[in-house]
Amino acid sequence: MPNIRHVDPRGGDVLLMVGTMKGAFVLCGREGGAWDVGGPYFPGHAVYALACDTRRGQPRLWAGPNSMHWGGLLRRSDDFGRTWTDPEEANVKFPEATGATLKQIWQIVPGRSSEPETLYCGVEPAAVFVSRDGGDTWRLNDGLWSHPQRPRWEPGGGGLCLHTLLLDPQDPGRIRVAISTGGMYVTEDGGESWRPSNTGVRADFLPDKYPEFGQCVHKVVQSRQQPDRMFLQNHWGLYRSDDRGETWQDIANGVPSDFGFGLAIHPRQADCAWIVPLESDEFRCTPEGRLRVYRTRDAGASWEPLTNGLPQEGAYETVLRDALAADTRDPAGVYFGTRSGKVFVSRDEGDSWSPAVDGLPPVIAVKAVALA
Amino acid sequence: MPFVFVIPGALQAHSGGRSEVRVDGDAATVDAALTLLWRECPGLRDRVLTERHEIRPHVNVFVDGTNVRAAGLAAPLRNHAEIIIVPAVSGG
Repeated sequence: MPNIRHVDPRGGDVLLMVGTMKGAFVLCGREGGAWDVGGPYFPGHAVYALACDTRRGQPRLWAGPNSMHWGGLLRRSDDFGRTWTDPEEANVKFPEATGATLKQIWQIVPGRSSEPETLYCGVEPAAVFVSRDGGDTWRLNDGLWSHPQRPRWEPGGGGLCLHTLLLDPQDPGRIRVAISTGGMYVTEDGGESWRPSNTGVRADFLPDKYPEFGQCVHKVVQSRQQPDRMFLQNHWGLYRSDDRGETWQDIANGVPSDFGFGLAIHPRQADCAWIVPLESDEFRCTPEGRLRVYRTRDAGASWEPLTNGLPQEGAYETVLRDALAADTRDPAGVYFGTRSGKVFVSRDEGDSWSPAVDGLPPVIAVKAVALA
Repeated sequence: MPFVFVIPGALQAHSGGRSEVRVDGDAATVDAALTLLWRECPGLRDRVLTERHEIRPHVNVFVDGTNVRAAGLAAPLRNHAEIIIVPAVSGG
């Protein structure tokens, strides 16, 4: 087994939780210093889902390691990764009556501050699980699982995954989820009932290019200050919504490709977002061998390439859907990881970049937290 | 009657660090013997079986040297059978 290192974060540090195909890493960044790397945790396990729950004050890390052999479950750490729970019984599993088996945990989302014991997770096959006791026990959301359209959802390249859960910051009953490939669904009653919500989002791979559902949505983000503002990176298509996701407008203005996975929104500026365009849905690498993050500051009317510090020659990189993140600092930090095992960081909203670490297993998730 | 289970290293955190677990009880099938094992080491169950009560696709269970995947969990057992749980040769 590999030698496992640990980090000792303190207030003011940035914590990067990095999920890879072979385990999780915890990076700790201090102003003016190099990044300290903790891990690998869960060596050999694919870690798609990571979260840091700060609702209690003391940060609690969550991870959803998945072993090809032994399956997956949720584990948590209250000491930045030094120790992790290892429940005897798998805490996220489908009721036997569903006939389904858990393939992957894709997303963990701590509930709103008004519901400190609630957590959500999105899984493959596409479903939502909810915990009301701080993550000890989890229950399948029946409303979405029993949706009559569910049998017509199709798996994308990553499987039939529910990868995005957006808890509306103002409306406690409203949650939006995104499924590849099922499109987006919204509940307004806390999960009792769900309806498709994909108006204006294209599905190039279907005979009907604008179906009610079935789009391959790769990532969706929502402004916390102006929740009507959302951005969406589609499997072909880059979109903005100004009405909480009810309708979407194409904003692929001046980007080298409207295909991509990663998407992050500014923590305070609803007009600002970052993407990493990829070339075609076959190649799925950065166009022209240039690693460019694109940023909009005008809600998608225009996008500017950000290249300072990023390789611009022979860089055929891929940034996956959960591997691009922004923190809440001012200016915002922006972070991404690549399938080639690199993690890049920017302390100035993308104006300049530097490598934090190289040589990791393929990166599939990056979560950033500015520690108070 | 006793059965001996051989536990792979990756799961020994859930068998008290033991590479072999001996259980006593009556079990006419592999499934029944595994149920005795789960009582002794409850953390092993969900790591070996899926929610559908099937052996995980990349786990193999051998009984006296024979992989039980084809015969299934209902396969009969002899007294003093040795049951080996191993990860399949898969990965990347």
